[in-house]
Amino acid sequence: MPARPIVEARGIHKHFGALHVLKGVDLILAERELVFVIGPSGSGKSTLLRCLNRLEEPSSGSVIVDGVDLLDPRTDINHARQRIGMVFQSFNLYPHMTALGNVTLALRKVAGKSRSEADALGHAALARVGLGDRAGHRPGQLSGGQQQRVAIARAIALEPRVMLFDEPTSALDPELVGSVLGVMRDLRESGMTMVVVSHEMGFARNAADRVVFMDRGAIVEEGTPAAIFETPAQERTRAFIGQIQRH
Amino acid sequence: MSSWDRFLETFFNAKVMAKYLPDIAHGTLVTVELAALVIVSGLVSGLALALLRSLGFRPFNLLIVFVVDLFRALPPLVIIVFIYFGLPAVEIAPSGFVSTWLSLALVLMAFSEEIFWAGITSIAKGQWEAARSTGLSYGQTLMQVILPQALRLTIPPLTNRTIAITKGTALGTVVAVSEILGMASSAVSNSYNPSPLILGAGAYLILFFPMVVFGRWLETTMAWKH
Amino acid sequence: MLQTFFNLEIITAAWPIILAGLGNTLLLSLVVVPLGLLGGLGLAMLASVRKPWVRWPLMAWVDFFRAFPPLVLLILLFAGLPFAGLELGGFACVCIAFFLNTGAYYGEILRAGIDSVSAGQSEAARSTGLGRVQTMLYVVLPQAVRNVLPDLLSNTLEVVKLTSLGSVVAMPELLFQARQAQSLTYNPTPIVLAAAVYFIMLWPLVRLLSRLENRALARRG
Repeated sequence: MPARPIVEARGIHKHFGALHVLKGVDLILAERELVFVIGPSGSGKSTLLRCLNRLEEPSSGSVIVDGVDLLDPRTDINHARQRIGMVFQSFNLYPHMTALGNVTLALRKVAGKSRSEADALGHAALARVGLGDRAGHRPGQLSGGQQQRVAIARAIALEPRVMLFDEPTSALDPELVGSVLGVMRDLRESGMTMVVVSHEMGFARNAADRVVFMDRGAIVEEGTPAAIFETPAQERTRAFIGQIQRH
Repeated sequence: MSSWDRFLETFFNAKVMAKYLPDIAHGTLVTVELAALVIVSGLVSGLALALLRSLGFRPFNLLIVFVVDLFRALPPLVIIVFIYFGLPAVEIAPSGFVSTWLSLALVLMAFSEEIFWAGITSIAKGQWEAARSTGLSYGQTLMQVILPQALRLTIPPLTNRTIAITKGTALGTVVAVSEILGMASSAVSNSYNPSPLILGAGAYLILFFPMVVFGRWLETTMAWKH
Repeated sequence: MLQTFFNLEIITAAWPIILAGLGNTLLLSLVVVPLGLLGGLGLAMLASVRKPWVRWPLMAWVDFFRAFPPLVLLILLFAGLPFAGLELGGFACVCIAFFLNTGAYYGEILRAGIDSVSAGQSEAARSTGLGRVQTMLYVVLPQAVRNVLPDLLSNTLEVVKLTSLGSVVAMPELLFQARQAQSLTYNPTPIVLAAAVYFIMLWPLVRLLSRLENRALARRG
């Protein structure tokens, strides 16, 4: 793998006041990799994810995404964030705009596309997540699964190099989870680099290249899905996997 | 003299302030008296109207709504002017104090009725039904079950509104009430110096600033209970 | 009684003056409301910088002008500034006093509105590359205003009523004209007329607000 890694996070420390939430975490992703991050609540996995697009500022360490040093004060973070897509647990769609409006806002205001260009790209993105016919609907008129898919469309419309998923299905009713995972699978197949924080073990088993287990702010173990789920080396990993599988 | 000293001499003249301090103090007492009267009579009559309205006699309610709308739409100063300058034409000559009190009390009555009413109606019907089904009378239900809940909802908007209306006591100046602003204004003309006004402003702040801070605190504590 | 308070002759005679007063009241409102809104928006923007050393002085400023009776502020400017060598006319004093006073009220309302928009909204917007100002303009403010619209309207109603204070500094708005007419005719009919004009002009807004406020309180209950 000679190519430069898409994501290079090294030595990430994060303090929230006295709380040491991330204790020197490294995360390297090559292009097209899908890395799954698992761990108990409070392990810092969401914080780590949010450091990757600087929604959280690491207390120390470096984050380089697609060759851009995100922590350099000279970096135009707004420009850089177009290349990093993020999908949130609570969708965070703009309720006062239609689905198309949600998708095209950044296209128009950040990427500088004209309204017609943005609309065309927006429709394409919505079609890609299977919601081409819902472009004129407002978030309130969509189911949870549809809303999350619009959120994904909003991120992919900007043609990111890496997608970050923060518990994308945790807030969804069980029967709606499948539609979102389907879209994520399609993204994976099209070659998107993805970092996913989630509890969806089935998805990890089928789609992930690497699983990273975090606990109390540090990476305990990482490896292939088979290795982590079937033959974890660390005791803590084993305990966590056991807990999850009991569900 | 530097311009800062001149500024102090003019606007914060200790001698002038000392001379008129008794007047301002007297004015403060009048303001407090007026404010207290307005708050009590306004809130009590507002609550009474809201309770009356909850009885549900249609013609009565229409009258109440009309009166409430009237005193929400009219500027307090207009009401004061009407009472003080207009009523004497029919042999009723209230003093400036009474005119101001009446006007502000009527305005507070109108606004507080709306707020109390909104609070009472927002308590789910289920509360009434549960209470009545255990044998509580209308009055008991109202006092023990409905009002305590309604009060929690209404206190934040009520405090804000009460403070805003009570500040209107300053309007009494227009009808020669010897409250703070009135005393301060005449002191300014008598002494050719604006310091009494600054003193008066300070008196108002001492009265109302704590109220505003208290109101803000109330809002935040009430908010937690949700 | 009709002759005293609803004297037809006087109504016809005073009508033009009253109308002129109404025009000035509307003009004054059209100047003062946007001024207050702009001031309030500025304050709310400052408050969204969530550093405590910004919020506390801001809150003190807002509470100061919420505690200060607007008439006192007006008189202070009108009667006090000349001593500092500044002879501002009634209109300028009203504008400044209202800007400070209503700006504080509008600022408080808008700040609460902005706070009511969940943090996730601005996070999502920022994560797509929108800048701070763009996020505020396109995502947060539209939702904030929608959330506090009843309070904004209610405050606007208060501002329009507040213009009657202009009469104290001889601004020829509605109340001033009515009082002029009353002293000329020794009859309170013009005041009744002015009151009727205020009522007709503002009653629709009062009704609308009643309905909106009831709905908002019911939702919170």
